[in-house]
Amino acid sequence: MKIAILALQGAFEEHRQTLLKLGVESFFVRNLSDYQCQKDGIIIPGGESTTILKLLNDLNIFEPLKQDIENGLPVFGTCAGLIMLDDKHLGTMDITVKRNAYGRQLGSFFFEGDFDGIDGKIPMTFIRAPFIEKCGEGVKILSIVNGNIVAAQQERQLVTAFHPELNEDLRVHEYFLQEVVKVN
Amino acid sequence: MENRETLNRNLAQMLKGGVIMDVTTPEQAKIAEAAGACAVMALEKIPADIRAAGGVARMSDPKMIKSIQQAVSIPVMAKCRIGHFVEAQILEAIEIDYIDESEVLTPADDIYHIDKRKFKVPFVCGARDLGEALRRINEGATMIRTKGEPGTGDVIQAVRHLRKMQSEIRRIKSLSEDELYEAAKQLQVPFDLVNFVHENGKLPVVNFAAGGVATPADAALMMQLGAEGVFVGSGIFKSGNPEKRAQAIVKAVTNYDKPEMLAELSEDLGGAMVGINEQEIQLLMAERGK
Repeated sequence: MKIAILALQGAFEEHRQTLLKLGVESFFVRNLSDYQCQKDGIIIPGGESTTILKLLNDLNIFEPLKQDIENGLPVFGTCAGLIMLDDKHLGTMDITVKRNAYGRQLGSFFFEGDFDGIDGKIPMTFIRAPFIEKCGEGVKILSIVNGNIVAAQQERQLVTAFHPELNEDLRVHEYFLQEVVKVN
Repeated sequence: MENRETLNRNLAQMLKGGVIMDVTTPEQAKIAEAAGACAVMALEKIPADIRAAGGVARMSDPKMIKSIQQAVSIPVMAKCRIGHFVEAQILEAIEIDYIDESEVLTPADDIYHIDKRKFKVPFVCGARDLGEALRRINEGATMIRTKGEPGTGDVIQAVRHLRKMQSEIRRIKSLSEDELYEAAKQLQVPFDLVNFVHENGKLPVVNFAAGGVATPADAALMMQLGAEGVFVGSGIFKSGNPEKRAQAIVKAVTNYDKPEMLAELSEDLGGAMVGINEQEIQLLMAERGK
């Protein structure tokens, strides 16, 4: 199995480290030729969504990525990555997202919450985080924190508003590999 | 358990691979955001103009900072004077995303830096070497940048500071464990911080390059030398075509190791800031606050 990690800006190295701990091979995508390499799934990391969107467009990755996701490429978006998949960006997931939903950095917080499909509490770090305001019928809600949707799945697309890559806990990444990528 | 220091280090992690741009107006902030900046630094005068104007440089007008906070959705940083904890309190009161306790402004205290652990908002501080970096981290800084020499458009000092930091990190990594105590003494920092560097081969917080970056090539140079992102101050809005230069520097930081791409995006950028050579500098800002 080989997972691509979009490495235009943000916390991409943290995802690589997490996958490494799970014994999964990964590579960084910084441009179109990186993107075109064979992959079983892609992670869109946290960072600044305006920056990542601008670079996706300028580096001509936006369209092929959108097409591949629509054709079933497994994808995992954290924070800015969640925003990237919403109805105002790549538009592959039937979700409407509120950006900077808790305000500025003073609103960033840590929480231990439930995650449907994983036993026990999951450590959740929210950094200037978004949440999902609305989602369509095909979207399965996986986690709700303080009344807000913070994790969801729509077929082969998984999103979290928090950053599993910032904690030692590997279970959300494991969930992505086992339940979303599902390579034999 | 919620820990502000960890959350604040985490925000810096989200800025990695990005460019933080100095802006003086909401219009410039919008240009920076549209060009792909991952954050902006709101200040009344960019370093080159602070240098030219002379006199005492202080924290910017909170009203001006707030107007920039309203103009963009990306994080907004602002500078306070070294040791001026009341300026920092004011910036915290307006919910700034990151405070830069900066040598670009005139220091308010020639002995003590701000006790940054007393604040909920994060701090970034400049450093010329590993000792300075670890001392600032010990005071609670959750992000480090090289000092470089702000407002000059000359990258030599940023290169010197980053190389020095990297080579000291490599040296600490190679020491035997019993030698770390002496290293901690020499660097004037707690043993735990030195031990972290020894075990991990890096700082415990994100490390950006700053001071004198003026071109995409400068930015890529700092990235290849090991910076995790870049601050660009005077380099953008003192140049001929700020919009295009800003976009090019953003792309150069992402593809810093692809010379063909760097060549393409270095084309037709218009004039870079004129700059001042190292030998012509009257005032060395990097000497402030050790």
